[in-house]
Amino acid sequence: MNIVEFHDVAKLYPGGQIALEGVEFQLARGEMAFLTGHSGAGKSTLLKLIGLIERPTRGQVIINGKNLSRIGNFGIPAYRQRLGLIFQEYNLLYDRTVFDNVALPLVIRGLRHDDIARRVRAALDTVGLLPHERKLPITLSGGEQQRVGIARAVVGRPHLILADEPTGNLDPGLSAEIMRLFARLNETGTSVLIASHDVSLIEQLPYRRIILDQGRLQSLHH
Amino acid sequence: MAGSPTPRRPLAPQRLALQHARNLIESLGRLYRAPLASLLTISVIGITLALPAGLHVLLKNLDSLSYSWEGTLQTSLFLQENVDEASGRALTEKISARDEIVSSQYISRAQALLEFRELSGFGEALNTLDHNPLPAVIVVQPDPALEAERIGEIVTELGQLPQVEQAQLDQAWIQRLYAMLAIVQHGVTLIALLLAFAVVFIVGNTIRLDIENRREEIEVMKLLGASDGFIRRPFLYSGFWYGLLGGVFAWLLLGLCLFAMAAPVREMAGLYDSNLQLQGLGGRGWLYLLLAGIGLGWLGSAFTVGRRLHAIQPR
Repeated sequence: MNIVEFHDVAKLYPGGQIALEGVEFQLARGEMAFLTGHSGAGKSTLLKLIGLIERPTRGQVIINGKNLSRIGNFGIPAYRQRLGLIFQEYNLLYDRTVFDNVALPLVIRGLRHDDIARRVRAALDTVGLLPHERKLPITLSGGEQQRVGIARAVVGRPHLILADEPTGNLDPGLSAEIMRLFARLNETGTSVLIASHDVSLIEQLPYRRIILDQGRLQSLHH
Repeated sequence: MAGSPTPRRPLAPQRLALQHARNLIESLGRLYRAPLASLLTISVIGITLALPAGLHVLLKNLDSLSYSWEGTLQTSLFLQENVDEASGRALTEKISARDEIVSSQYISRAQALLEFRELSGFGEALNTLDHNPLPAVIVVQPDPALEAERIGEIVTELGQLPQVEQAQLDQAWIQRLYAMLAIVQHGVTLIALLLAFAVVFIVGNTIRLDIENRREEIEVMKLLGASDGFIRRPFLYSGFWYGLLGGVFAWLLLGLCLFAMAAPVREMAGLYDSNLQLQGLGGRGWLYLLLAGIGLGWLGSAFTVGRRLHAIQPR
């Protein structure tokens, strides 16, 4: 069974700019894959369609068996709660502690305080940041901040993790460390789709590559 | 991670109550963390609320004062020149015996001249007159509990007595005062409405700035699956706190003003042999003031958040 299915998906922005055209691909449940291509190839747009930040102009996006066109605006929050989103700029809240940042998805879901504490600590332990739970993100390095972002993405136990250029601001050593972390998460059964233009990093890893060029799918490398 | 057990999730009403409690406390904490800005906003709201409340208190006191004056309304019956002192005193006793009359007092022509000489400062001029031009007067005080209309009827009735040249009710000025108070009351209501809009605007603008400052946070929260309702709630509670604390500020401000005014008013009242004391808003008035603050704060916040939040979407 596939967790992500794109059927002839196109996305045109106002002004006629083609972001995606005729994209057709699947990501199997429990699979980890890279979405790659040059800047402007459509990687971020594709992730935005999965995250319901954008809607396709044509075609169907099916996530976990559900056609996203059937999710109205009121259903978006509940849908996003089942995704784990990771960003190049980390998107952390810098006036809150590491613990509070990671706890946010669970607070949004309205979990009990003791459950939140237990799960946040487990997530921070997974990314090796438990000793830093009381710190503010600004006091952490770029790699550590990205690991906070990853802990926040996995704390809600998502079906699917989407990462948009997660190593874009990190040096090669930290990038490899973050990729190892994704691999470990994938080993636990979580599907992972990572958009990255860092070809040298991706080529070292044994995961499928979905290559986009000017909004069109070029090839699926295994 | 994916294999660990699903955590307990409270029932929907419990969850909602938990989130409301959390938002209530967090929004107060947010105000506390920006003390100067919060204090400024609260002060402006407080002063804006205190102004109509203060005018209301002023009107309440004037109303009470005029009511006490109404109790001392007097009618002067100027007697015909040919009515001698004995007849005048007899008429006075007759009037006093009426149920609707509290008291009546006879002032002879000589007594009237003496009083006029002392009070007017025209003593020398009066000496040049070869006769006393002043009539005898009966000062009648009707029962203050009577309707103004009935008092008017009594005065007309007394004015028609054969011994009476003219009956004059010293009520015109108090009726003018009442008319002025009624106009001022309408003015205060209008001012209160305008200032209520001002409070809504102040809170709305403060919340608007808060939303703009937290735009990135809101975007992140939406990406993580927060609903508009979830994001809206802390801002609504901020409006609640601004309104409540603004109401408390207005309450303190009014209390201070009343305290500062109490002694001078008491002193002035003493000069007029009155035991007049300043009245405050009263228990119910204070409650209404706080409720008005909360309501307007909430309204200003809801109005702004509803419009702004929808416009902020993750990019």
